Amino acid sequence: MSRSDLEEILDLTDTFAEIGRRPIPKVPALRGRTVATAFFENSTRTRMSFETAARRLSADTVAFSAGSSSLSKGESLRDTVEVVASYGADLLVVRHAMAGTAHRVADWTDLSVVNAGDGCHEHPTQALLDCYTLREQRGSLDGMRIAIVGDIRHSRVARSNILAFTALGAEVVLVAPATLLPPAIDGWPVTVFHELDLLLADLDAVYLLRMQQERITEGLIPSLREYANDFGLSTDRVARMRSDALVLHPGPTNRGVEISAEAAADPRSVILDQVVNGVSVRMAVLFQLLGSGQQLVAADIEPVGDDARPEGVDR
Amino acid sequence: MSVVLRGGRIIDRDGERTLDVEVGDDGRIAAVGTGLSGDADLDASGCVISPGFVDLHAHLREPGQEEAETIETGARGGSLGGYTALVAMPNTDPTTDCVAVVEQVRTLGRRSTCEIIPSAAMTVDRRGTDMAPMGELVDAGVGIFTDDGTGLQDPRLMRRVMEYSTGLTGRLGRPVVLAQHCEVTALSTGGFMHEGEWSSRLGIPGQPAESEELMVMRDIALVHLTGAHTHFQHLSTAASVAMVRGAKAAGLPVTAEATTHHLTLTDAACASYDPVFKVHPPLRTDTDVQAIRDGLADGTIDAIATDHAPHAPHAKELPFDQAPPGMLGLETAFALTLDESGLDLPEVLALLSWKPAAIAGVADRHGAPILPGNPANLCVVDPDEVWTVSGAAMASRSCNTPYEGRSLRGRVRHTLRAGEPVVVDGEVCR
Repeated sequence: MSRSDLEEILDLTDTFAEIGRRPIPKVPALRGRTVATAFFENSTRTRMSFETAARRLSADTVAFSAGSSSLSKGESLRDTVEVVASYGADLLVVRHAMAGTAHRVADWTDLSVVNAGDGCHEHPTQALLDCYTLREQRGSLDGMRIAIVGDIRHSRVARSNILAFTALGAEVVLVAPATLLPPAIDGWPVTVFHELDLLLADLDAVYLLRMQQERITEGLIPSLREYANDFGLSTDRVARMRSDALVLHPGPTNRGVEISAEAAADPRSVILDQVVNGVSVRMAVLFQLLGSGQQLVAADIEPVGDDARPEGVDR
Repeated sequence: MSVVLRGGRIIDRDGERTLDVEVGDDGRIAAVGTGLSGDADLDASGCVISPGFVDLHAHLREPGQEEAETIETGARGGSLGGYTALVAMPNTDPTTDCVAVVEQVRTLGRRSTCEIIPSAAMTVDRRGTDMAPMGELVDAGVGIFTDDGTGLQDPRLMRRVMEYSTGLTGRLGRPVVLAQHCEVTALSTGGFMHEGEWSSRLGIPGQPAESEELMVMRDIALVHLTGAHTHFQHLSTAASVAMVRGAKAAGLPVTAEATTHHLTLTDAACASYDPVFKVHPPLRTDTDVQAIRDGLADGTIDAIATDHAPHAPHAKELPFDQAPPGMLGLETAFALTLDESGLDLPEVLALLSWKPAAIAGVADRHGAPILPGNPANLCVVDPDEVWTVSGAAMASRSCNTPYEGRSLRGRVRHTLRAGEPVVVDGEVCR
């Protein structure tokens, strides 16, 4: 996405963030529309965030969830998508453990498809909420130096954030053990470091990725202990960061591995802001795809309730 | 009924000449010359008459996966592609690892439009743990052994298979060919495309080139030790080509094939996330494609093979990791080789016909010079006809061609199998 595409969604998000702060955070913008969440990989948080966003816009939601197991019963992914779409959905939110799956689903249906994370490829709405959070704190990403730390190789969050952060004018530094970097990243708009301590004092933000136990069985790192020692944002390390630096994490956090409990609770940590902003950003995305376009009309964001609804508005 | 191929130019291993060919009703070439007359004519004007093509590597899926292909439909596709003989891969269900399945494949093949040459697995059920009954299979006429789909991982067992095969030369009447799918699975498992710039960007886990190259290296060392004729299947990397070139220079008994997809497509195609581009070994880089072309030009690579691998449509409508690897190849091989290898027509025909025929041990009847008395396994190709690839229009039961919609130059007009016109004017006759 271009800088202007990103900024358009972030600007739209401001409106929905305001709705989130209302006593009754619900508007009629997508009344009568149906958002289907098709999650082929477990994700409580992302799914709740999308469902909350849809409900706040008064859309109906239907949920399909399965491991990839249902597919092994002989049904192709395409069959599954057609079945889910036939429940009258207007938009599909797709999460899958394999790269490219949302892309393929979009080839097979005329419905709007939102990628809620595809394997090691991308997680676009996560990048949007991260950009929104940084912008909320700093006004702009221009000139920021942001380190993404951890398992870049397997991270869809990192791939989307590298694209989004750099598009919005930030400098991105990757910090990881050599085994957790993608095999070939020549030409990516990043610089690579293997030692976090060399950078800490110069960062505007540090973005910690989740470290998973299976990387040890795959022989990519010796142990979580060694990873935490070398790359974890410990209490000592957070103390060496600038006073205005920010700490981000896509969640769920492994306390004591990539981030210590103290670092997560530090005033510079915006991890909970990310969760809150996730709903607002996803409202903006759903609205942009299903609503009255980018132009919000007053009726879209009136408080919900028979008394409050203006005459003649019935979407 | 005798048939005269009229108005064409003959190209075979002996060279090139403009003469007509009369095919007798005994399935052999009756005469080569001018002013020939037969019961019927087939127009070959503007075309080249060549010995029929021989594919060293076709997955015909029968027995076991008849939903994707049968020997009959695979052979029809072969005939449309100019092939008169197909080496059937043994990764069937049950595995072609015993005489009973070999005989089944051969029996089904006899009713088809190509000669079907069964290959057999090197190890029982292709499990890589116990040697298949190679002596018995050789006595049943099997000359090519392969665990294709996987490489034989255990170097000790590979050594034994090689040694054992050298003792079977007398029984077969020629050296047994061991065809290796080079892939060290410890390095490739969990990867679904070539590991590199594209896999990094797309987030699809990759297989490094080294997973192929390590096994090429190992097997060259074992050929040095044992002297067994080893044939490297579907070479896909520049370093593999270089190693085979070195082994040949050292006088080792090795041969190699390359597929049309490895000389025409790169890993960039996976950016569509369409598993029609998923294949093992995976599509590699531009550098590798160029190395394959160089290997074909200098004789390091002996043959073009298709690795024709049909899969039912629903099997490819899965996420990239779950879809099975493989693509169709029989009906597009000639045009792709002519268009994209950079080689001239006689070299293309050599790579498709007489050179693979020699490796398959069928040079007495396929790829033989077009001379009176030789079996009439022939194809007539129009090197200038332009056509558009359509998976749905193919004879295969499947339609997983990676060239859908592509315009190609060069098409097979007629194919004669043992004298019978099985393809006339681009249509299968039965």
